[in-house]
Amino acid sequence: MIIKIANLNLYYDKFQALKNVNLSIKENLITGIIGPSGCGKSTLLRVFNRMNDLIKNVKITGSILIDEKDIYSPVYDLILLRKNVGMVFQRPNAFPISIFDNVAYGPRVWGINDKKTLIEIVERSLAAVDLFDSIKDRLKDSALSLSAEKQQRLCIARLLAVEPQILLMDEPCSALDPIATGKIEELMLELKKKYTIIIVTHNMQQAARVADEVGFMLLGELIEFNSVKKIFTNPSDERTFGYISGRFG
Amino acid sequence: MTFRIGPRTNQIIAYSILLLMTLITVVVLFFIIGYVFKNGVGQLSLEFLTDKTRNMGKEGGIFPSILGTFFVTIFAIVIATPLGIGSAVYLVEYTRGGLIHRIISFGADCLAGVPSIIYGLFGFIFFVITLNLGWSIISGGLTLAVMIIPTIIRTTEEAIKAVPHSYREISYSLGGGKLDTILKVVLPTSLPGILTGVILGIGRAVGETAAVIFTAGSSLGIPTSAFSSTRTLAVHFYILAREGISMPKAYGTATVLIIIILLVNFIAYRLMHRFMERYY
Repeated sequence: MIIKIANLNLYYDKFQALKNVNLSIKENLITGIIGPSGCGKSTLLRVFNRMNDLIKNVKITGSILIDEKDIYSPVYDLILLRKNVGMVFQRPNAFPISIFDNVAYGPRVWGINDKKTLIEIVERSLAAVDLFDSIKDRLKDSALSLSAEKQQRLCIARLLAVEPQILLMDEPCSALDPIATGKIEELMLELKKKYTIIIVTHNMQQAARVADEVGFMLLGELIEFNSVKKIFTNPSDERTFGYISGRFG
Repeated sequence: MTFRIGPRTNQIIAYSILLLMTLITVVVLFFIIGYVFKNGVGQLSLEFLTDKTRNMGKEGGIFPSILGTFFVTIFAIVIATPLGIGSAVYLVEYTRGGLIHRIISFGADCLAGVPSIIYGLFGFIFFVITLNLGWSIISGGLTLAVMIIPTIIRTTEEAIKAVPHSYREISYSLGGGKLDTILKVVLPTSLPGILTGVILGIGRAVGETAAVIFTAGSSLGIPTSAFSSTRTLAVHFYILAREGISMPKAYGTATVLIIIILLVNFIAYRLMHRFMERYY
């Protein structure tokens, strides 16, 4: 799925959080969004699945097209959008229910109640995040009994169970140690074969390791959008250079 | 020269005062329970629990009152629980922070503090007289329901508010609608808190006297239908003691009442513990 954003402005009440953002995201690539805290990168990410709708007094202008359809148009099916565009959050946030029920949550919402189908989906989703073999005997245990890394994997599996096409990741490794982070990054590279991934991170090295294209944001503006190589070796904007060389951030 | 206490002495004094406060509370509580038990345990026997009440309560057992308490309480809980939970869900999920929410929350707080005899009077005028339900299990149950709904609303409200916002976000992000989110995420997660409210409600209902004496009546027969008048344990105790019919029987009744309340709390605690163990 190709995503095209044109002239996007977003206001929280009177505060303008995104300023005239233009961006196009390609299929089956990992797109990284970097920038210092408060630059609007998470806000931008939440535009893609309209999670900002949950906040009061948000105003958006401009167009966001996914596969040439405006996702903010009144006739666009919001529920379907949320299914197609899945989100992984900062902290592993499994529901305090069993591992099986966590993964089955999405499919159940979508009306799948047949036990056999559910088992199939759960097994397939857990296998896709390399979790099934290690926990297949404990599917009835509480999801909160898993380690942080495994919980984050579980959250990704829960997402894959509703068969999305785009995965949004909001600092998915910020609560994990370096080894667990490495494993999740490997998983991202694996998942990109099937999914389009957009990841927000303030860990520049992480963007350098996993992303194909990178956007640098500052104070609500998208300063530069380029291939990962260009951004990290020869950025065209001085502010990008300042950020990646550690002069501010 | 100013008088100063060293930090260590300070600690010891603070600790002692807090310990003393706790001890006073616990001692008073155990003294009351112990006193009632000491005077009432002698009355307890299978016959006392299963026999009809005879001669105004001077003789016989308290079986009709056990039944009456049971039915009135069940009636109240069955009505109050869905109403209370439903209102709380509506308040938190649909009107959160709005004017309606604040007005109703304030109202519920006030209602929770209204003396129970006022509820009794209201129940008598409205259920017994106006709706012509008479002195009955229905009237008593409805009155108690009205009385404990505020408690259930407030505890459920707090429990629902405590559900992390991230849980709702995940549910929405997976394509869940508001109703899915409430039924499958919010309510199950807040179940322990909701249960606490319901148990508090049961506790109030079982031990209530003033609200039921005017509405369920004080008949000593074994209830045969929801329209039978009945005398709950608390009312029975009150009448036995007040009219000086039989103090030993009164203490016996009080002992049974305390045991029932302890049992309800114990069972609920076990249930909650098992629920928490499984998932938290």
